[in-house]
Amino acid sequence: MADRAVTLAAAGLAAAVFLLLLAPLGALGLTFQGFAFSAPELAALRFTLLQATLSAALSVALAVPVARALARRRFMGRSALISILGAPFILPVIVAVLGLLAVFGRAGWFNDALGLLGLPSFSVYGLQGVVLAHVFFNMPLAVRMILHGWQAIPAERFRLAASLGFTPRASLRHIEAPMLREVLPGAGLVILVICLTSFAVALTLGGGPKATTIELAIYQALRFDFDLPTAARLALLQFALCAAAFVVASRVSLPSGFGAGQGRDGGPPSPNGWRKVVDTFAIVLAALFLALPLLAVVLNGLPGLVDLPETVWAAAGRSLAIALASTAISLAAATVLALAAAQGRGWVALAATLPLAASSLVLGTGLFLILQPYFKPASLALPVTMTINAALSLPFAFRILAPEARTLYADYQRLGASLGMGGWAWLRWVVLPRLARVLGFSAGLVAALSMGDLGVIALFAGEGEATLPLLVQRLMGAYRMETAASAALLLVLLSFALFWVFDYGGRRYAGT
Amino acid sequence: MTKTIPAALAFVLLASVAQADTPVLKVLTYDSFTSEWGPGPAVEKAFEAVCGCDLVFSAVGDGAELLARLQLEGANSDASVVLGLDTNLTAQAAATGLFAPHGQAAANDLPAPYADPVFLPYDWGYFAFVYDKTKLTTPPTSFEELAASDLKIVIQDPRSSTPGLGLLLWVKAAYGERAPAIWAALADNIVTVTPGWSEAYGMFTAGEADMVLSYTTSPAYHLIAENDDTKAAAGFAEGHYMQVEVAGKLAHAPQPELADQFLAFMASDAFQSIIPTTNWMYPAHKLADGLPKGFEQMIAPEKSLLMTADEAQAARKPALDEWLTALSR
Repeated sequence: MADRAVTLAAAGLAAAVFLLLLAPLGALGLTFQGFAFSAPELAALRFTLLQATLSAALSVALAVPVARALARRRFMGRSALISILGAPFILPVIVAVLGLLAVFGRAGWFNDALGLLGLPSFSVYGLQGVVLAHVFFNMPLAVRMILHGWQAIPAERFRLAASLGFTPRASLRHIEAPMLREVLPGAGLVILVICLTSFAVALTLGGGPKATTIELAIYQALRFDFDLPTAARLALLQFALCAAAFVVASRVSLPSGFGAGQGRDGGPPSPNGWRKVVDTFAIVLAALFLALPLLAVVLNGLPGLVDLPETVWAAAGRSLAIALASTAISLAAATVLALAAAQGRGWVALAATLPLAASSLVLGTGLFLILQPYFKPASLALPVTMTINAALSLPFAFRILAPEARTLYADYQRLGASLGMGGWAWLRWVVLPRLARVLGFSAGLVAALSMGDLGVIALFAGEGEATLPLLVQRLMGAYRMETAASAALLLVLLSFALFWVFDYGGRRYAGT
Repeated sequence: MTKTIPAALAFVLLASVAQADTPVLKVLTYDSFTSEWGPGPAVEKAFEAVCGCDLVFSAVGDGAELLARLQLEGANSDASVVLGLDTNLTAQAAATGLFAPHGQAAANDLPAPYADPVFLPYDWGYFAFVYDKTKLTTPPTSFEELAASDLKIVIQDPRSSTPGLGLLLWVKAAYGERAPAIWAALADNIVTVTPGWSEAYGMFTAGEADMVLSYTTSPAYHLIAENDDTKAAAGFAEGHYMQVEVAGKLAHAPQPELADQFLAFMASDAFQSIIPTTNWMYPAHKLADGLPKGFEQMIAPEKSLLMTADEAQAARKPALDEWLTALSR
């Protein structure tokens, strides 16, 4: 039976993920004795929870009107805008921060505009800046996840509603609200956990030590104090927070159960009047909010793009190879896990969520301790980076695939069984076409994320293995801020190209 | 793309076969030393010309990460030399027991006396606040003046960055008991605190702050490499805290003789003359031809501040607590 094979494979994968995440904690000497937190650690915990909750709530709340507007309106540039939504999420942190500062910083465009209007200036530094940056990174991700939810509602439902004379309000209550009830908790969970482990954004835009997160405490413990058990203890705390958020989200989330449609995309009806004004407003504001910092990144990097040093290209090639390998691993694992979760295996979803809460520094340090007696660290730089990138991006791929895999099972499993479809036929004729859109989006996201991540390679990289993000960091360290901006732009362009190829391919295959 | 992994492994195997005949000296250092813009490539070429060996750098993020890495590897490290710790970290490094005495006799030319049986300095610099002369015409001349002004500064976090730790000890060395009051007065000048030097310097060049914590020699980079004379460092009357960067020989060095040879080479003009325009710091030994043109324009602090390794180690925790208290309010 194909179902049993999927469950077995998923169990193996889940065990591998748990092992990969928890073995490093053991290697760091995690002990359960005296499991108390100091006052600064508690303050860090409080701030971490506060900013993550605010960031997740705001990202999701703002994403709903934008996603709805995108779902029910057709306009020029809509497809491009949907693609651009993937861009903020894949920006390297320091690049994104400098882009945001060009818009919202002390000397930014926004304050220039306020000054022209004679209004008092706005300070981005503080909790508001941390939340602003996190919304910039994550709101577009939420829009995409919610948009998939809207697109997954069979077009027949909206037509039925129209023929029954549903008002937009009734349609919202009976059709769209159940979908949101299914999709929002998952989207909120992902964003909450991403923000839990924020470190550079929180510190840089937080304005000082008031904005200390748990991840910073981990850095301090590992780098200055060399207090490995404390780092392990704090890393476990992050996992515990993630697991708690996971339980809450699973309780809140309800499957919508629309039943199968003919697989046509109709999208929700597009009402006129004030609703059209609201939709336009949502789209224009979201586009400006996302595009201006991206424009700043492009303007910063453009001048030096033509005469980048040669090493940049070699590093870019290495990054591409890592990204593609990580994508293959991550997507295969996520598909298996999503199919298993669709059969109602709840533990699978936890295994596929926990990597979000992993501190890459703890993971890297633990793996270093485990592997170092047997291998030369530099010889493992690329394989380890691929594996970790694949594991860390697994939650995104899983979250994007899981709702559609669940719908797929609910709607087509009986049909498939009655036709006696074997594993491959089922995969080829049902799974791939139905999941193409989300497979493409998640592959794009994973590939782009793997291009940008440098948390782990820095620990292992020897002389020659620099990836593009590491090179950007080295350029900045050598005062070459302008060249770094150009190399960063190249990184963004490559990441975005990868993302676009997969995402567009998936959407095309799915026929939108 | 699954081919990448075997290909990478094959490459590593081939590379190690090719190196089998000549002895390999491994030096563990920080990232910006070995990057193509740092001293690493030139130092490698110069040393390999005299040692009959293969010099291989392996690099981690910065000085603090270097120490952490060393502690992770312990006696398993295949490195013979560690290069890039600063004197604020050497007490902790010496306490690991992983280092052997260097046994070198050459005296250095640092402005403040520094001698250590285990660690040898290779360069040094003064921490300073760097500003843009075209935007700021009368820079502050002390921490107190800075605190009284409405100038905005970006600094680095002492919990994640070595310059950040340097600033912490600078204020402590200059003001002692009054350090918490100075930090409290500086609080409204601090735009933000970044995890590392790069973010802070990047924000300064993007115009987010009037001044950034860096080195008195930072303007030399802009002057010499970019032909831009608009950057300058503000001289502070309290004196400037020094960052002294050192190297040491590991007790378990697989190549102890080559390690000794490297440490001796480090004091030579061949090594030292590479430092100013790659690491943008002062060499630890006077250069035969003097400093490159442009360095004479750098400010020369009248007073050099430097805690001994033990003082720095003892001061770090209480100074950090004071800093956190003053800035968390």
